[in-house]
Amino acid sequence: MLRKMTSHKLFMPVFCLAMVLLVNVIMTPTFFQITIREGVFYGYMIDILNRGSELILITIGMTLVGASCGGVDISVGSVAAFSGALCCICLGDGAAYRMPLVAAFVLSLLLAALCGLFNGFLVAKLQIQPMVATLILYTAARGGAQLLTNGGVYTIKVPKFKSLAGAIPGIPLQIPIAIAFITFLIVFVILERTALKMSIEAVGMNRKAAKLVGIKTERIIFGCFVITAILAGIAGVISCARIGAADATNNNASIEMDAILAFALGGNLMSGGKFSLTGSLIGAITIQTLTTSLYALNVSAAQLPLYKALIVIVIVAIQSPGVQEMIARLKKKKEAERQVMAE
Amino acid sequence: MEQERNIIDMTGISKTFNGVKALDNVHLSLKKGSIHALMGENGAGKSTLIRVLTGAYPFESGRILVDGQDVVNTSPEMAQKNGISTVYQEVNLCPNLSVAENLFIGREPRKWGMIDWKTMNRNADKILEDLDIHLDVTIPLESYSVAIQQMVAIARAVGFQSKVLILDEPTSSLDEEEVQKLFGLMRQVQAKGVGIIFVTHFLEQVYEVCDTISVLRNGTMVGTYPVEELPRMQLIAKMMGKDLDDLEEIRSDVSFQIEKSGTPLLEAKQVSRLPVVKPYSLELHKKEVVGVAGLLGSGRSELVRLLYGADMADKESQIRFQGQEVKLKHPYDAMKCGLAFCPENRKAEGIFPDLTVRENLNIAFQTRQGIFKLIPKKDQERFTDEYISILHIKTQDRETLIRNLSGGNQQKVIIGRWLLTHPELLILDEPTRGIDVGTKVEIQKLIVKLAQEGMGVFFISSEIDEMVRTCSRMIIMRDGQKVGELTQREELNQEAVMKAIAGGEGEC
Repeated sequence: MLRKMTSHKLFMPVFCLAMVLLVNVIMTPTFFQITIREGVFYGYMIDILNRGSELILITIGMTLVGASCGGVDISVGSVAAFSGALCCICLGDGAAYRMPLVAAFVLSLLLAALCGLFNGFLVAKLQIQPMVATLILYTAARGGAQLLTNGGVYTIKVPKFKSLAGAIPGIPLQIPIAIAFITFLIVFVILERTALKMSIEAVGMNRKAAKLVGIKTERIIFGCFVITAILAGIAGVISCARIGAADATNNNASIEMDAILAFALGGNLMSGGKFSLTGSLIGAITIQTLTTSLYALNVSAAQLPLYKALIVIVIVAIQSPGVQEMIARLKKKKEAERQVMAE
Repeated sequence: MEQERNIIDMTGISKTFNGVKALDNVHLSLKKGSIHALMGENGAGKSTLIRVLTGAYPFESGRILVDGQDVVNTSPEMAQKNGISTVYQEVNLCPNLSVAENLFIGREPRKWGMIDWKTMNRNADKILEDLDIHLDVTIPLESYSVAIQQMVAIARAVGFQSKVLILDEPTSSLDEEEVQKLFGLMRQVQAKGVGIIFVTHFLEQVYEVCDTISVLRNGTMVGTYPVEELPRMQLIAKMMGKDLDDLEEIRSDVSFQIEKSGTPLLEAKQVSRLPVVKPYSLELHKKEVVGVAGLLGSGRSELVRLLYGADMADKESQIRFQGQEVKLKHPYDAMKCGLAFCPENRKAEGIFPDLTVRENLNIAFQTRQGIFKLIPKKDQERFTDEYISILHIKTQDRETLIRNLSGGNQQKVIIGRWLLTHPELLILDEPTRGIDVGTKVEIQKLIVKLAQEGMGVFFISSEIDEMVRTCSRMIIMRDGQKVGELTQREELNQEAVMKAIAGGEGEC
């Protein structure tokens, strides 16, 4: 029973998350407490999920890209900033929205989709390495955002804009959490109820073989990049709603690194192929818990990356094949010794 | 009597994988200076035994003596220190390092802490000269053919003062001349007193170079015999565990009723992909098995790839399928028409190693149905069970990862994958490469049976006798060109085909 549990592919990700949560509970006994304040759920866990919404969205995309082409999309943070900026510009900084909210959303997500098409073209058609291909938009898209906001922070004066990151009317749940989890569910169900998951894995595992069984490998890779960019776009808009402004410099800055980490923490292979979306979700929550709890421990934002890196090293090392092998070898050695003793 | 000493004694070796006995109380002894063939069908346990010996796998019971000393190898590196070196089919050296570097990697001669290139190159030259191999040791290994690379790997093992050399299917990708060179090298190594374990599927080669044969079947050792005492048919019988009437020419009972009258299944006109494949035309009818013969590099694989859309044919090419002109831009188009294609290189183009047997089997049919219309899991399982039993696929269950199957069983899964799409035309490129005799016969029989049931088949194989046995007609390729066709079944024999490949009468 125990062996079956430990050999499950999600065991390590869940174990790591549990450890991080455990430390938190010891430090902060009220960690799991959830209350309702001013009609909204309130508590550490809620805070983590709320702030982690963007990371969850982007990690979903990163998982698809990683699985299908064995690479990473490092342009996600910049694309988020770009489409967030466009959304704010469309809405304008007047006392009323310049255009309907929905139109602004659609336009900004279209921009994100265009970015995804560009990435997809470079990777699928021109067969440039994903990291190099997305490096272009990594710099260019944030530059585009700067251009739109004139290098500063573009504030929306309509107060209702901020409520987009607040609670859902009538339900005490924050909108970003709802968006993240509904998106996760939709993607999860589509992957499970169609042969898409298998096809993506097949493309990531053996692109030549995938082509020979009739899979349109380029289309799959294109699709993964476009979806990723759109999810990044949604994350960008959420971030803008949180502060009521488009901040080209800080909107989802460095989130690509967190997303890549979350993907790896979820027990997924960087080389592509088999993947677990649930694993990625757990990874994203783990990373966000780390970030939030370090803030709670009064670690300053400037020092945060250092502490986070230290903990991530431990988590990644526990899951690494090298350490896993070492543990397995130790076990075997002990067993052998026991046998010798018995003889 | 020194010659008679055993350098390796494996006794009572057992190894279980997930509850399945892979090796059961196996004994194997290797004499000094002997070339010892390890034979067995796929899944008989040859690779497992080798991996146990080299420390790649742990084993549950038994002991290994090297030179009379108890040895427990926990890794291939440790085995190498204990004098056991292995050379695999896929050479595991560093192709972009120089030959000398590859020979000395991990034990480079040093001077002042730096690598002493001069000494290294000189020593490398000497090792190779000793073995009568003449290479420029300073250029990258990848500039040489696979055969030479294998020889370098062997030389490296010799340089390590190995007492035992294990050759795991080294000849699968070599041509006849290269094989001879390799044998020459093996004999030289043998003369130095090294014991060689030679794993291969090629019977001819065993009889040419080995002095002892050990046969494994289903994880047990059937026996060890001096070569003179084990004639071919008996060897095969021992490998398969039954007397083989099957190997008696399948041919005699084969009859093809080809309907030449109607529209052909496939009509290719001036199909080309210059410069690899020059324009050719051909037809294939229902119930026909057409062999494409030619040496490696003659364009035989490239030719069939064009018919499947795996490579794009030149613009002028015309392909008609059941009378309909088709443009094949992607394998998907060919699949929709009812074509199926088993590629030559199973590992690189066939299997999805981390997908299960079920997924590997269903993936082509699923893609044909459309990615968004998932075949219900129950149906997938039914199909899988069906083909596991039709093709006698040996697997623990349908959810086993295909990478854990032996090569022959992987190949069967891939053939099953295509049969599940119920193709009208099946293209098989080297479906029997690197798999055991029993499975080969099964596959040949299957081809004939499928054709009799109405399928058209293209069949490519490096083994001419295999094609002669199963084909109704053969196309001969040379240098990317169709140079001949043997249309009468009566004139299909090994000699005629070889003559045609060589070009012209008298030449050989």
